[in-house]
Amino acid sequence: MTEIVDILLSASFWAAILRIASPLIFATMGELICERAGVLNLGIEGIMVAGAFAGWMAVYAGAPLWVGVAAAMCAGMGFGAMHALLTVPFGLSQHVVGLGITMLATAAAYYAYRLALPEVTNPPRITPFQPLHIPVLSDISWLGQALFSQTALTWAGFATCGITAFVLSRTPLGLAVRAAGENPQAVEAQGLSVGAIRMGAVIVGSGLMAVGGAFLTMSAFSSFFFEMVNGRGWICIALVVFGTWKPGKALLGALLFAGFDALQIRLQQTGLGQIVPYQVFLMIPYLLSILALVLMSRRAEVPAALMTPFNRGDR
Amino acid sequence: MRLEPIAAPGPMRRIGLPALALAATVVVACALSALAGANPARTLGLMITGAFGSKFALLETLNRATPLIFTGLAIAVAFKAKLWNIGAEAQLYAGALLTVLIGTQLGLPGPLAIPLMALGAIAAGALVLLGPALLKTRLGVDEVVTTLLLNFVMALFISYLLEGPLKDPMGMGWPKSPSIPRDARLPRIVDGLRLHWGFALALLCAAGVWVIQTRTTLGYEIRATGQNPEAARFAGIPVTRVIVKTALLSGGLAALAGFSEVAGLEGNLTTDLSASFGYTGIVVAMLALLHPLGVVVSALFVAGIFVGADSMSRAAEVPTYIADILLATALLFMVLAILLTKFRVVRG
Amino acid sequence: MTPKTPAQGPVLRLSGITKRFGNLTANDGISLSLARGEVVALLGENGAGKTTLMNILFGHYTADEGTVQVMGRDLPPGQPGAALKAGVGMVHQHFTLAGNLTVLDNVLLGTRPLLSLSSGRAEARARLAQLARDFGLAVDPDARVATLSVGERQRVEILKALYRDARVLILDEPTAVLTPQEADALFETLRKMTAQGLSVIFISHKLHEVMAISSRVLVLRHGKLVGEVATTDTDRHQLATMMVGAEITTPAPAKARPGAPLLTLEQVSTARHGERPGLTAVDLELCAGQITGLAGVSGNGQGALADLISGLETPTGGRILLAGEPVADWTPRAALDGRIGRIPEDRHKTGTIADFTLTENAVLESYATTATRGWMNWRDARTSTETIIDKYDVRCPGPDTRIRLLSGGNMQKLILGRVLEAAPRIILANQPVRGLDIGAVTYVQEQLIAARDAGAAILLISEDLDEILTLSDSIRVISGGRLSPAFPRGSKTPAELGQWMAGQGFNHAA
Repeated sequence: MTEIVDILLSASFWAAILRIASPLIFATMGELICERAGVLNLGIEGIMVAGAFAGWMAVYAGAPLWVGVAAAMCAGMGFGAMHALLTVPFGLSQHVVGLGITMLATAAAYYAYRLALPEVTNPPRITPFQPLHIPVLSDISWLGQALFSQTALTWAGFATCGITAFVLSRTPLGLAVRAAGENPQAVEAQGLSVGAIRMGAVIVGSGLMAVGGAFLTMSAFSSFFFEMVNGRGWICIALVVFGTWKPGKALLGALLFAGFDALQIRLQQTGLGQIVPYQVFLMIPYLLSILALVLMSRRAEVPAALMTPFNRGDR
Repeated sequence: MRLEPIAAPGPMRRIGLPALALAATVVVACALSALAGANPARTLGLMITGAFGSKFALLETLNRATPLIFTGLAIAVAFKAKLWNIGAEAQLYAGALLTVLIGTQLGLPGPLAIPLMALGAIAAGALVLLGPALLKTRLGVDEVVTTLLLNFVMALFISYLLEGPLKDPMGMGWPKSPSIPRDARLPRIVDGLRLHWGFALALLCAAGVWVIQTRTTLGYEIRATGQNPEAARFAGIPVTRVIVKTALLSGGLAALAGFSEVAGLEGNLTTDLSASFGYTGIVVAMLALLHPLGVVVSALFVAGIFVGADSMSRAAEVPTYIADILLATALLFMVLAILLTKFRVVRG
Repeated sequence: MTPKTPAQGPVLRLSGITKRFGNLTANDGISLSLARGEVVALLGENGAGKTTLMNILFGHYTADEGTVQVMGRDLPPGQPGAALKAGVGMVHQHFTLAGNLTVLDNVLLGTRPLLSLSSGRAEARARLAQLARDFGLAVDPDARVATLSVGERQRVEILKALYRDARVLILDEPTAVLTPQEADALFETLRKMTAQGLSVIFISHKLHEVMAISSRVLVLRHGKLVGEVATTDTDRHQLATMMVGAEITTPAPAKARPGAPLLTLEQVSTARHGERPGLTAVDLELCAGQITGLAGVSGNGQGALADLISGLETPTGGRILLAGEPVADWTPRAALDGRIGRIPEDRHKTGTIADFTLTENAVLESYATTATRGWMNWRDARTSTETIIDKYDVRCPGPDTRIRLLSGGNMQKLILGRVLEAAPRIILANQPVRGLDIGAVTYVQEQLIAARDAGAAILLISEDLDEILTLSDSIRVISGGRLSPAFPRGSKTPAELGQWMAGQGFNHAA
C-alpha cells in the first residue's frame, strides 16, 4: 500500500500520465470528429502507425520537428481521404473499409521503412521534442516537474481538445458536423452537402490520429519500432464511447486511462511485480477499455446516424 | 454524385469489375516494385513461381492456405450475420492452447487424442467469442472493439503461459510449450509430401459451412439476421440466439486453425504461431464475398501472395511487406468493384 | 436581405421539366407557374411524380430537360441550396430535423458561413421569436426537437423556411400527421403567410383539403400534368377522376356481424422507449368478423400497440388473452403460433428482407414449421410462393427474384399473401395501404374486408382518418398511450374524433 502512495506522490508519475495521454488525446479527438459526423473510422490504428513513421522519417531525413508533425498529418489525411472516399460517396461498409485502411497504412509504413533502411536492425534515433520550459510554472518545485515538464506537442494535444470542443459546440461548422452525424437529411435540406462535411471530418480527424502516432516517435520515444502503436487506436475508439462523444469527457477518459497505465508500469517495479507476472499488468489497459465500453453501454448518446451512409435522393 | 441501383446487372459488370479490381492490384504491385528499384515484370514472375511454380512451392502455399481457410470461414460465417468478429486471432490461439494442453497433459493415445484436441479447440475458440457476443446481445457493446482488444489480452495470456506454467523445460529458454507426441499429430495426406490432414479438414469445413448456409434453418436464420435483424425478429426468428450460435460456430472454426497449425505443422505452441492469420482471414472472407467455397479459392490466392512474396524478396530487393499492401488494396478495390456491380454512379 | 419579389410575373416557374430513371419517365414535360400570394395545390397519387419534381426544384436531382426559374432568374441545376438561397423553402413529409439538436440549432443549421467563429444564436433567438409572433408558430427555441410533438415539429420546419426569408413555401402532405384541429391551425398560418405575399405549393392527395386551401389545382398522373383548374371551377369528384384516370370506387363493406372476442388486452401497459410513449392500462377487445380502426396522431402509442400485438413488446402490466386464454411467453413466434397475422407498418424495414428472394421472404414466418429436423424445405417453399404470386397477383419475374426489385404495391401483396395464406384468426394491419397507388389500395382493402367476412378479427391502424372511417366497424382513438372507448361506425364526426386525438375526453376517463 505504501508503495502506491509513494508512486502517487512522485512527480514523475504525474508527468508520465500527461505523456502517456498525449497520443491518445490527439487520436481520440480525431476519432471523435469522424464519429460526430457519422463515420466510424477503424483506420485509426493503421493511420497512427503511418503517422508515427512519416513524422519520424521526415525528421530523420533532415526536416525540422514541426515539419515532421506536418508530414505525419499529411500522411494521415491521405489515408483519411481514401477512407472518406470509399465510405462517404460510395457508402461502403465502414467496418470493412476501416480495417482495410488499417492494414494498408500499417503495411505501407513497414514497406517504406524497409525501403528507406534496408539493412538496419536497430532503427536510428532522432532528436525528439524536448520538454518545454514554462517560465515560473516549470520552476515550482514538485508541481513544475509533475505538470509542467511536457513537450510542446503535449500542450498542442490539450489545445486540440479545446479547439475541437469549441468548434463542435460553438460554431456553424461544428453544428453542421453534429447534424451530419444526427440526421444527414436535415443537413441536406438546409442546403449543405453531407458528403463534403463528412469527408472533411474524416480527413481532418485522420490527420489528428496521425499526429497522435507521431507523438510516439517524435516525443515519447525517438525512433520507429514495428508494432509500437500496439492497439492504442482501438483503445481510442473505446475512449470516444467512454467520453460519450464529448471532447471534454473523452479528454478526462484519456487522462484516467493514462493514469492506470502509468500506475501499472510503476507497480511492475514494486513488490507486487515480483508476485504478479508482467503480462497481467500489460493486459490492464485493454481490459480497462473493455470495462469502459461495458459501463457506458447503457448510455444512448451515440450519434443517431453513425455508420449510416447517405445517398442523396434516397429517403 | 449519387448511386442508383441497377435492376439486372449484365455479365460484363458482374465479372468485368472484379477482374478490374484484381488488375488494379497487379498495377499496384508493379508500382511498388518499381518504387523499390526492381523490375516489375521480374518481381511478379518471381512471386508467381515462388507460390505455384514447383511442387515444393505449391505445397508451401497449400500449407499456408490451411489456417487461412479456417479463419476465412470463421469470418465469413460471422460477417454473414453482421457479427463483426475481428478476434479470430485470439480464438486461434485459444484453440492452439487447448490442443497443446490436451495433447501434452493427458497422455492419451493418438487416435483418441486427435479428435479430443479438435473438440477442445473448438470449445475454447467458441468460448472466447461467446463473451463479446453476449456483451453485444445483452448490453449492446460493439463487438468490433471488444474482439480486437481481446486479441491483445490473449497474446499476453499466451506469452505468460509460455514463460511460466506451460514453458517447455527442454526449450533452452525459448518461450515455447512442450511438443505433443508424434502419434497425436495429424498425419500427412500423402507420405513424403509436407501436407497434413488439416488441409482436408479445412476443405470439409468449407463444404459443411456451405451446406449449413444454404440448406439448414440455422443458415437461413443467420442470413436473415445479418441482412435485416429487425425483419428477422418481427418474423419470429430468435435473433439473439442466432447471433450467439453464429458466434460459437465462428469461434470454433477460427480455433480449428490453431488446432491444425499445432497438431499438423508445428507440434507446439509459440507466441508467433499465427502470422496474423486471424486478421488475414478478414481479407480472405471478403475477397470470397463471404461464400464458404469461395473462401477456399481466396485462401489459396492470399496464401500464394504471401508465399510468393517471401520467396521473391529473397531474390529481388523488394520487402516482403509488399504482400500486406497488396492484400489491403485487393480488399479495398474488391469491395468497391462489388458495389459498382450493383449500383451505377450518376450525376444529380 | 429579403429577395426582391417582382411586381408582376410568377415567383416560381418550372418549364418543361423531364426526368427519366432508366425506362421510367418520372416527370414528362411538366410546366408550372406560381404567382405572388397564391396557394397552388399539386395533386397526384403516390408515384405520380410529385416528389421527383420537388427534388429537381431543390437540386437533389438534375432534370434531363427543362428549367427552373425563381423570381425570374434561372436556378443552376443540380445544386442543392440554390433554391433555398433564391427564397424557396420546403416542408418535407418526413421531417428533416435532427432530433438531438435544439429547435434553434435546427433553424440555424446552414444559415451562417461555416467558417464563422460565432454561432449567432443570440440574434437568431430574437428573430425566431419575432417570426413565431407574426405567424402564430409558438415553439420553445431551446427544446430538443426529439421532445416535441409532431405538430410542433412541423412548426419548426415552417420556421426554418421563414427564417431564411422564403417567399415560396412547399408543403408535402402536411396534414398527414395532424389532427383535424391542428390541420385547421396550419391552414390559418398559411393564410397569414399568403396575406403577407408568400406563395405556397400544397402537395396532397386529400381532396377536401385541396378544395379548402388552394386557389388553383394542378393534377399529376404517371409523370404527366393532366389537368390545371381553378379551385372554384371544380369539385372533389372531378379532381378524383383526373387524379386516378378513372372513377374511384371506395369499398363499402357490408354491416359486420361481430362474433366472440379473439384477442383481449386487459389493463395492459408497456414501457416507454426514449421518445416513443408506451401504453397505459389499455383495454382492447378484437372480435371475430369485425374491423376495429385505431385513429390517432402518429407517435401516440400506435407503435407500442402494434409491437405488443406483433409479439415484439412484452407488457409491463396487465394480461393478454387469446380466445379467452391468457398467454405466457409473449414473443413474435408466440403471436404467430396464436394465429395472429401481422402486416407491418414499414414493409421495407420490417416486412421484408431486401436481398432475399420472394421465396425466402414468403417463408420468413413459416419456415420453422415446414422444416424437418433443421433442414429447410425449399421445394415446398417455392411451390407455396408460386401460389401466393398467382392468387394475390404479385407482378414479378418469378419466385427467385430479389424482393427489392418489386414495387411497393407488389411487395405489399406478397406480405398480404404471406399473412392471409396462414389463415390467421386475428390480423394486425398497420398502415396497410401507405404509399400504394389507388389500384393497390383498393385491392388490399378488399382483401381485408374479405378476411373480416371470413371471420377474422382485424385491427386497422392508420393515420388517415378517412380510411379509418371508411373501413372500421368500430373506432378507438389512441392518444398519449391511452385508448378511447369504442365508437361504433357512424357515431362520431371527424371533428369529434379529432378532439379525442388531441387528448380531450380522456381526462374524466382517467
